[in-house]
Amino acid sequence: MPQPQLATNVRKVSDDACVLDIEGEMTAFAEKVLTDAYNLATDDGARVIILNFENLQYMNSSGIGLLVTLLVRINRAKQRLLTYGLSDHYKHIFELTRLNDAIGIFDTEDQALNAAHA
Amino acid sequence: MTDQTEVSPPTPSGWAEPTPKVRLSHVPEGAMNLNVEGRQLSGPLQGFGPMWQKTYTVSLPEGTASPEEVVSAWKENFKDFWLPGDHFYAPLAGLNPGEVALINSRESVPGGLMKLSTGVMVVYSDETSFTLMTTQGHPFSGWVTFSAFEDEAGTKVQAQVLMRANDPMWEFGMRFLGGHKTEDRIWQHTLSSVAAHFGVQSDVATEILCVDKKLQWGRARNIWHNAGIRSGLYLTVYPFVRFRAAVRSSRRA
Repeated sequence: MPQPQLATNVRKVSDDACVLDIEGEMTAFAEKVLTDAYNLATDDGARVIILNFENLQYMNSSGIGLLVTLLVRINRAKQRLLTYGLSDHYKHIFELTRLNDAIGIFDTEDQALNAAHA
Repeated sequence: MTDQTEVSPPTPSGWAEPTPKVRLSHVPEGAMNLNVEGRQLSGPLQGFGPMWQKTYTVSLPEGTASPEEVVSAWKENFKDFWLPGDHFYAPLAGLNPGEVALINSRESVPGGLMKLSTGVMVVYSDETSFTLMTTQGHPFSGWVTFSAFEDEAGTKVQAQVLMRANDPMWEFGMRFLGGHKTEDRIWQHTLSSVAAHFGVQSDVATEILCVDKKLQWGRARNIWHNAGIRSGLYLTVYPFVRFRAAVRSSRRA
């Protein structure tokens, strides 16, 4: 099995929100890296998970599938999932796969944080 | 038949362009074309039933074929790997991003009592994978990713379905009328056929995971687009429509 080409960094940005900085390629092989980052954020007490895609290099359909399963876990835990930093190209892909129906998409971290606390 | 130029061009990254409504570029001879044209795509978030992730894999021994060779052959021969008796009408331009395929299936209907017409769109395609996403009314709402990758033993070939039954009727069929088993059979047959194409006889490993047990009652109204109901109505009414047209035409003559 190929190695994941994805790195994450978890930042606590307020009492109840964590940003997961995503860097690299979001593919099927990134599942463990993403899950570990999510668990770290949850252990830190986050009720809002914000994915920062500013340094996303590539995402295929399996990567989109990972986001769907992450979203289900987040909804089950009564948390919220927001994103920012998606390029126009990936915003289109969220539209195509209809992820934008369920995941908040923002341009900047400030906008996502404001929405998190609205 | 609609103009071929209506098909969205694939993006360089392998993704199709977003489309508010599905458009067919070509209706093959003999295909029943219902429940596809003008429909929206429908992903795993838009369905009604519990969310399932089903993974079917088969291994090809080292040296049999590279992941790129497997996926290339898979795309080229996709309709031949489909379950016998059902029809997958591949787009003329091939399984490229933005292309739409028609499916005429009896297997998807409990008891095979009638032919179901539905469709899928290629939303993603690269050298080692491609993904088909369903349209509104399809038995399930979601997508299937077909891929191949190298592992220690050789090349692993995989079909992974992420889906919810589209509406309460399909959910009933999935749970109580063997819908899930039929789906397993479809993809197990497909993977066996891919392996056989490369001269390998191998069992298909199946892994089923319930990602979300909840029913999405807010999506119960998806039944309005149910392709089974609509195909059934069409097939019931169609002989009368043809008969009436024939009578009118003979009167005019």
